[in-house]
Amino acid sequence: MVNPLDDSDNSGLPKARTGIEGLDEITNGGLPEGRPTLVSGQAGCGKTLLGMEFLVNGAREFDEPGLFVSFEETEEELKDNVDSLGFDLEELSDQDKLALDHIRVVRSEIEETGEYDLEGLFIRLKHEIERIDADRVVLDTIEALFSGFSNKTILRAELRRLFKTLKGLGVTAVITGESGDDSLTRHGLEEYVSDCVIHLAHTESSNVYTRRLRIVKYRGSSHETNEFPFLIDENGFSILPVTSLNLDYKVTQERISSGITELDDMLGGEGYYKGSSILVSGTAGTGKSSLCAHMADSACERGEEVLYLAFEEASDQILRNMRSIGIDLERWVDAGLLHFQAERVSMYGLEGHLAVIHKLVNELEPELVIIDPINAYLTGGKELETKTMLVRLTDFLKQNGITGFFTNLSSADGTSESTEVNISSMMDTWILLRDIEQGNERNRGIYVLKSRGISNSNQIREFLITDDGVKLKDVYVGPSGVLTGSARVIQESKDRTEKQNIEEEIERLEIELERKKEAMEAQMDLLKAQLQTDRMETKKKLEELKTKREQVDLTRQELSQIRNADKQDPQGS
Amino acid sequence: MDEVDSVEDIRDEEPEVWILKLYVAGQSPKSVEAFKNLKKICKEHLEGRYKIKVIDLLENPELSKGDQILAVPTLIRELPPPMTKIVGNLSNEEKVLVGLDLQPDDG
Repeated sequence: MVNPLDDSDNSGLPKARTGIEGLDEITNGGLPEGRPTLVSGQAGCGKTLLGMEFLVNGAREFDEPGLFVSFEETEEELKDNVDSLGFDLEELSDQDKLALDHIRVVRSEIEETGEYDLEGLFIRLKHEIERIDADRVVLDTIEALFSGFSNKTILRAELRRLFKTLKGLGVTAVITGESGDDSLTRHGLEEYVSDCVIHLAHTESSNVYTRRLRIVKYRGSSHETNEFPFLIDENGFSILPVTSLNLDYKVTQERISSGITELDDMLGGEGYYKGSSILVSGTAGTGKSSLCAHMADSACERGEEVLYLAFEEASDQILRNMRSIGIDLERWVDAGLLHFQAERVSMYGLEGHLAVIHKLVNELEPELVIIDPINAYLTGGKELETKTMLVRLTDFLKQNGITGFFTNLSSADGTSESTEVNISSMMDTWILLRDIEQGNERNRGIYVLKSRGISNSNQIREFLITDDGVKLKDVYVGPSGVLTGSARVIQESKDRTEKQNIEEEIERLEIELERKKEAMEAQMDLLKAQLQTDRMETKKKLEELKTKREQVDLTRQELSQIRNADKQDPQGS
Repeated sequence: MDEVDSVEDIRDEEPEVWILKLYVAGQSPKSVEAFKNLKKICKEHLEGRYKIKVIDLLENPELSKGDQILAVPTLIRELPPPMTKIVGNLSNEEKVLVGLDLQPDDG
């Protein structure tokens, strides 16, 4: 168990360990040794049990014999009451490790006249303490004396003397007292017992009862001041030491698979961070539990222990449903890796539930805790309490390096509930499952809304639940919006046809162009040939003309020579 | 266990013997006073038909359990039944008589 206060108490005050889960942590080591501690609370809040466990643990684990003085229940009743917790008082008292003493106080039997004191009680206590050499004493509840004696002055003086005597005997005493309307105890016992006062309360909210414990004072010692939820179950008392919300837990770089390859791809290719908190929210039937099952399956495959808290389905039902989508979780249950805890939250109340989880986690030491769904807490508590509780829960899991996988059922109108927004801040990864309604059908979409420290995909993917588990498909994002399901399939085939048409058109145009080109080229060849012919003809004509001209020139020269005429311009025309 | 006094002069019409137990813790002033007061009352009202057992819890602490003795001094009327319990130093005679269900005119 995490105990961040281990070394914070240096008062050196000797303490008697209670052996009660959680109580030694929040008192920094136990009750003040050799001094009386007052435990106050309403009827039925667990005072007697706390006292009894203190003694039984003392006798069993710390070799400190104890005396239980009961003013209310008889020895037989006490034995029967704790029998179910596995406390065999008979055996312990046979070994003189425990003594039970029922002191009956009946007012009607007693007449008072003149002065008296409670020396009879003192002698009786001392006698029993000496008989078994008790180190621990429980007086449950000493206030019964107030109903037995009418002279309050004497009674108060004697109580004062009693506590002094107990201190003198050096026993660690637990005195229980019933709380009054405005006071810790009806008869102001706190005025006599000032070393340590513990208050137990039993609060009701929305028909759910929650037990809480608070250390009102602890002289000479540091202690936790918060109210701590506690639980009484078949193993007795356990207190959940919810520490202040410190965020100093170690983080790991290790990644774990979501169990769905495509989802891992969306999460930077490697899945979630180990020890992070993951929230999956979505409307009814979007496949939250399927994601849980994949997560559990892949964790178990890695040989990790998984605690699966199911609040809406029985474990058998989950196993059956998951088998239908090809995930066999039963083998992991059989292998002792997967532990289901299926029950309604209202059984214990919010705080009580937290205590249950705490206890289970400490017992099983899982590496993954799945809570499906956290909405169940809302029915058991108020919004703020729910949030506080979840903060504590995520904190607790993180401190222990446990991956927390939570699902949240969101309302159908698609808007996020305020609680969802509230709790999302505690989550490292938030995956949204959405219904996409289109063309008369309802399909599932998945996207990663946020994921701290992971470069996640921003795509909405279509989420298919197949016989072979969850598969993710790319959704169709086109000019007419996002399409899923058969609409996607239709659109895709429509697209395919269209594409084919275009390709054919392109081909056709290309061929046509080629043909045109060829035609043109043929024409060009023709023209070239014609040009060639023309050129040749022109050349020929030119040759002829040139020859002709030369002949003319020659003729003229000859003539002038003949006529012996004046020299003429050679270029003469 | 100290036994003090004895049965004296049992009358035929009232053969009933009163057995009274007085629990004390040592020779404390309260204890001594209670014993003195008790003896006086018995002499006045139960002359000859009472028996007082004084039980010192300091000497016999285990005896506190039987009669559920918390306060001392405590007087217990063991016989005749029903058992009654009176705590205190028995300084108020009237109250003691009421507690013991002894009518003053009995004597």
